[in-house]
Amino acid sequence: MPDVQRVALFVTCVVDIVSPEVGVASVRLLEAAGCEVLFPEAQTCCGQPAANSGEPEAAARLARHFIDVFEPYDAIVSPSGSCAAMIHHWYDRLLTGRERDRARAVASKTFELSQYLVVELGKTELGARLDATVTVHDACHGLRNIGVGGSARVLLEAAGATIIEMEESETCCGFGGTFSIEHGEVAGPLADDKLAHAAATEAQYLASGDSACLLHLEGRRRRTGTGPEPIHFAELIARGLA
Amino acid sequence: MTHGIVTPGESFAERATNAVANPDLQRALRNLDIRLHTARAVADTTPEMKDQAAELRREVLADLDGWLDTLEASLTRVGATVHRADTPADARRIVLDLANREGAHTIVKSKSMATEEIDLGAALESVGIEVVETDLGEYIVQVADERPSHMITPAIHKTLDQIASVLETRADGPLPVEREALAAWTHDHLRPAFLRAEIGISGVNFAAADTGTITIVTNEGNGRLCTTWPRVHIALMPIEKVIARFGDLATLLPLLTRSATGQSLSNYVSMLTGPRRDDESDGPDELHVVFLDHNRKALVGTAYEEILACIRCGACLNVCPVYRKVSGHAYDAVYSGPMGKILTPLLSLGEEGRDLPGASSLCGACTEACPVEIPLADLLVRLRADLRAPGPLLPLPAPAGLTSPIGHHRLPGEGFAWPTSQAPLASRPPPRSTRHMVFGAWSRVWSSPAGYRASAAAARLGGLSPSGWARRVPLVKGWTATRDLPLPDRRSFRARWAARESGAERW
Repeated sequence: MPDVQRVALFVTCVVDIVSPEVGVASVRLLEAAGCEVLFPEAQTCCGQPAANSGEPEAAARLARHFIDVFEPYDAIVSPSGSCAAMIHHWYDRLLTGRERDRARAVASKTFELSQYLVVELGKTELGARLDATVTVHDACHGLRNIGVGGSARVLLEAAGATIIEMEESETCCGFGGTFSIEHGEVAGPLADDKLAHAAATEAQYLASGDSACLLHLEGRRRRTGTGPEPIHFAELIARGLA
Repeated sequence: MTHGIVTPGESFAERATNAVANPDLQRALRNLDIRLHTARAVADTTPEMKDQAAELRREVLADLDGWLDTLEASLTRVGATVHRADTPADARRIVLDLANREGAHTIVKSKSMATEEIDLGAALESVGIEVVETDLGEYIVQVADERPSHMITPAIHKTLDQIASVLETRADGPLPVEREALAAWTHDHLRPAFLRAEIGISGVNFAAADTGTITIVTNEGNGRLCTTWPRVHIALMPIEKVIARFGDLATLLPLLTRSATGQSLSNYVSMLTGPRRDDESDGPDELHVVFLDHNRKALVGTAYEEILACIRCGACLNVCPVYRKVSGHAYDAVYSGPMGKILTPLLSLGEEGRDLPGASSLCGACTEACPVEIPLADLLVRLRADLRAPGPLLPLPAPAGLTSPIGHHRLPGEGFAWPTSQAPLASRPPPRSTRHMVFGAWSRVWSSPAGYRASAAAARLGGLSPSGWARRVPLVKGWTATRDLPLPDRRSFRARWAARESGAERW
């Protein structure tokens, strides 16, 4: 590997529009790990809302755009396990022929943020200093589709945070894209369970690696008052950077 | 399909709302969770078994007709009679004819989802035959005039208090609210039915094509009584239950029981090869095996063929966050949970359960738990696409649209993939639903960076609020009914990036 890793940040539409602080934190973590971060400004959305809604043509359109934008870069890093999983799991199934070959090549260099830092670069010590207790929710697509595993925990612990595991950390929080709108009657109670499990740990923060899940949880917490503050792990660690 | 469904509602969403609000149901569902953790702990230890079992199942599906012919020849050779039923009505007719011929007054049943699928009990009762379910859970739901809410634990939606109340309607006096006592009472109460029944009906867990051996697993021994005591045994077998070799049971049987209940083997395993022979003392005089198609063959060769690999263990139900909240009756279908969301619309050719594939967060816990590696979450996504248009779901028209085959998910580099011979997901005739047009327009706008920036800026203008959150938004009331909705930040990430690049801000 060259001394300085050049990384293209795929910030995701949710982070760009709703949670920009997570994007800023992602850049700071990558730079703390010695990377040079590039932001391809033509990027938009990975297309997952369309794919999961059974609209493959619309999803394929955005997949093609993503590939056009990110193909030139050596490494593509995203603060969302779910969006990274979209590129790994579904692009391959949405496109054919030459487009599928290109999709596979792009997927092979696309990583979730914690996975990139811990597994790909082997950099866990980023110089952040935190004094916080944290419980971690393993967001589903990162966990099951691209094997993100415990990388966020590794980074949090290296920064000095104390992890307190909650019950059922690998159970869905109830977000699920359009499911969270069409089936709020189930999504709400699932968020309650997640927040209750997190509250039982008495940790200060509920950290995870997908902003959409965190916004769903915070949206519920604002109604019920239960549970610790949901926060993206990158944002929490970035608070501990000098 | 509404017979015996206790959770009311016209749609999955309505029934789910009622299920979540039912305190007895929510209390009963904790029993499911107790079982769930046992089952997962055991199933998780056997990835090699899963690979092996998955391969055995696909081997059969690659030539389903051929293996069924082999099975029929073997069954005939050992003295059984094979009947082939294309439809549930055919299967009911075959069983009714046999019952009529026998002059049957009483039929005892072992637990079978296939008999639920064809509503066999109601058909037999309609001609005056007494039908007695002999699995404890099945007996409870039969007495309650309900449907099983779970394919392995049919009465798991009931609390112990409710179960005692149900059974008391058949008892002479009050029954103790205590598990062992209720089971013992049922055991004694059912015993005479076995003695007077002329016919025993069972399902089939596995049917070995090479030997003609039918295998049935139970935990109560009732299956053994049903299949050996009455003069005639009728086994109803959905066609995908065929396995190639008797020896394959060494892999499939422990995998089924581990995934279902966390047991390394069920309390009883009955392996039945033909009816009683002349030199044997036990067994029925006649064994009839009914092969049930019910649109299954139409799935072979399509992406949906995968669901025929299912061995009905229930693991996908036990790990499903949605199932664990709403229980089986919210699906208003014989098969519930993730596999039910897939099988119900497919078996009915899109007539039933059209809203079921959407009732999933696509978390993938089902795919992960499946002992035969069916990509359940992927199939749910495909069904969402194929069910967009009105009309029958099958046969699938010529390939277009999402063209790549469903493959088994493996992490990059692991290199394990199934043959990709299945026909791809079809693109229906262009549906003109609002949803389709919205996604089409959205994807066009967002394929252009300028369009994306303009729409994000518009959303920002529309969503300004001091807190950054909204309490009520009519367009997405499904969200705001239970949660505040996050609004666009005043400054996008890309605006902040541009400011940093120009030196106007430092991070």
